[in-house]
Amino acid sequence: MLTFAVRRLVLSIPTLLFISFVIFMLLQLAPGDPMSQVPLTVPPEVKEKMRQALGMGEPALVQYWKWLVQVFWTEPKIFIDWLTRDSTLLGWLPDTALYHDELRVISWQTRSPVMDIVLQRIPQTLWVVGLSYIVGILIALPIGVYSAYRQYSVFDQAGTFITMVGFSIPPFFTGPLLIVLFSVYLGWFPSIYDTTHVVNDWDSFTVQLRQMVMPVMVLALQTTAQLSRYMRASMLDNLGQDYVRTARAKGLSEAMVVMVHVLRNSMIPVVTVIALGVPAIFGGAIITENVFKVNGIGQLLLTALFANDLPMVMTLTFIFAFLIVLFNLIADVLYGLLDPRIRYD
Amino acid sequence: MTDSPQDDLIVADAPIEALADKGPTAPPRSKWKDVWDQFRKHKGAMTGAFFFLLITLGVLLGPFLWTLDAQKLDIRAKDMRPIYTALWSPDARVGWAHPLGSDQLGRDNLAQLIAGGRASMAVGWTAMLLSLAIGTGMGVSAGFFRKLDGPLMRLTDLFLSLPILPLLLVAVTLFRQPLRANFGPEGGMFILIVTIIGITSWMPTARIVRGDVLALKEREFVLAARSIGTRPFKIIWRHLLPNVLSPIMVSATLGLATAIITESALSFLGVGFPSDFPTWGKMLADAVARMEDFPERVVLPGIAISLTVLGVNYIGDGLRDALDPRIRGR
Repeated sequence: MLTFAVRRLVLSIPTLLFISFVIFMLLQLAPGDPMSQVPLTVPPEVKEKMRQALGMGEPALVQYWKWLVQVFWTEPKIFIDWLTRDSTLLGWLPDTALYHDELRVISWQTRSPVMDIVLQRIPQTLWVVGLSYIVGILIALPIGVYSAYRQYSVFDQAGTFITMVGFSIPPFFTGPLLIVLFSVYLGWFPSIYDTTHVVNDWDSFTVQLRQMVMPVMVLALQTTAQLSRYMRASMLDNLGQDYVRTARAKGLSEAMVVMVHVLRNSMIPVVTVIALGVPAIFGGAIITENVFKVNGIGQLLLTALFANDLPMVMTLTFIFAFLIVLFNLIADVLYGLLDPRIRYD
Repeated sequence: MTDSPQDDLIVADAPIEALADKGPTAPPRSKWKDVWDQFRKHKGAMTGAFFFLLITLGVLLGPFLWTLDAQKLDIRAKDMRPIYTALWSPDARVGWAHPLGSDQLGRDNLAQLIAGGRASMAVGWTAMLLSLAIGTGMGVSAGFFRKLDGPLMRLTDLFLSLPILPLLLVAVTLFRQPLRANFGPEGGMFILIVTIIGITSWMPTARIVRGDVLALKEREFVLAARSIGTRPFKIIWRHLLPNVLSPIMVSATLGLATAIITESALSFLGVGFPSDFPTWGKMLADAVARMEDFPERVVLPGIAISLTVLGVNYIGDGLRDALDPRIRGR
């Protein structure tokens, strides 16, 4: 198991390097010019200097190397410095002071380090998308279990239909639909997510709750649709197994059989599916964040793309790819840990 | 009691009938007839197929029945409501000239829906076929040729760990200009969207096909074919591909559904087709700003997208059941 994990970990490094190289080369082909917004009165030689200052004069491979150094060497140093200086966990350690004003990955839009902006946006995304994932899981698992236990019942048919609908209706339709229904006609929830809202007492907490309901429900519908189908299929696979008959034959209660014996075995593939979905949380729901005006990671990527902010796009896409690779690995390891029948060696 | 001739017959016939070689009573049935019979039993799949056919036919034949040009501006007839609004608000601007109303530039909604459906369907089908072709090619070569297996599967893993939607957005914004210059605004966008969806969605098909081919190529009929000197490509074409058709068909339905949704999502985010070219996603996106006053402009294309995708997904569900020999005949 350990050798498998280590081997996968080592293998994922060239994978990530290759992915980052592909993304970088793709972005090199971008036709846009960051100088296109600069007034025409600026002479060409000044423009050339400005381009140099953005790091654009070098050959592509040199640029790629510099990006690699900035992301894998400079940023970790800043992170370690932060850990030993400001964090509560390791703040008691002496200040490491590794960072000496090296150039960081700078956004072309805002001229501030990309990582700082990402860190500003992460909480909104995690709150909305992460919460919707948890809500989705909490709804999906019971639905999946019960509709498998009562296969072909009315509940199962209705559940299958609803998951099919959740599967098929895209979030850019459910989002506006909910806004028309609940913000325009009923006026229950605000249509725009206010990220500047500060929670400090009960009233502000309810305001926060109300503005989170709609985006969370739109995203949770998608999660629920996918997960409950997996849960149902997995439960159905296990309910027909011999060990279930044995458990019933030795006189265990039905609740014990289903909730302990079958559920535990059915959870194995479902847990890995849940793990595989986690990168999508950090990736932010680009469309849903756009509909409800949540200024999270997905919205950041979209605005960076439209503004031709290549360092931002590059770093964000790489972070997404990194998370996907990481959680693929975690899912594989989890599968081996949860299911002793799986042998990787 | 007299001996009846029938009694004699039965006594005489009984042993002979038991010995008789019974031929099959029913006429022989083809596999696809069985599949169709099982598919017909799946109510959801039949309903889905009905709606999908309805929308496809409406989109294909619509322009001949409703001849209004979808891009024609008629500013005097702008912001018309659908005809059914007259039921509850008598003073709404409605008219039979625009049964589903018109948008803020006076373009007819019905004509736009039909034209948009054509675009979405065309993108969906082409992208699906492209991704199927890539996926099947990759899967068959990885499964059949042992040397290719490792590299091709690593490539598949690599593509699976790419963040798809961000990359789609990146690629569309990057390559929009050159393709537009070469193939015109609509043709260039069509090629771009279809290619990008195609090359980012072939991985599941490739994995399934590879698994099936790996199992199939060890079977006796492939050995027999090989022993009479059949060339590898002939074996693939004649013996392997027909046998992996079922999983390919199921992933085709899934691919069609995702391709339609992806195209609409791109249009919704404003990186799809040019602004005067109607697609369902673009109609929806344009209407969101004024949906308090004109909810139908959001709801109609939204329902069109959802019904199509729902129909396709149900067809896929039914096909999966119908093509599974363990379920068929129960």
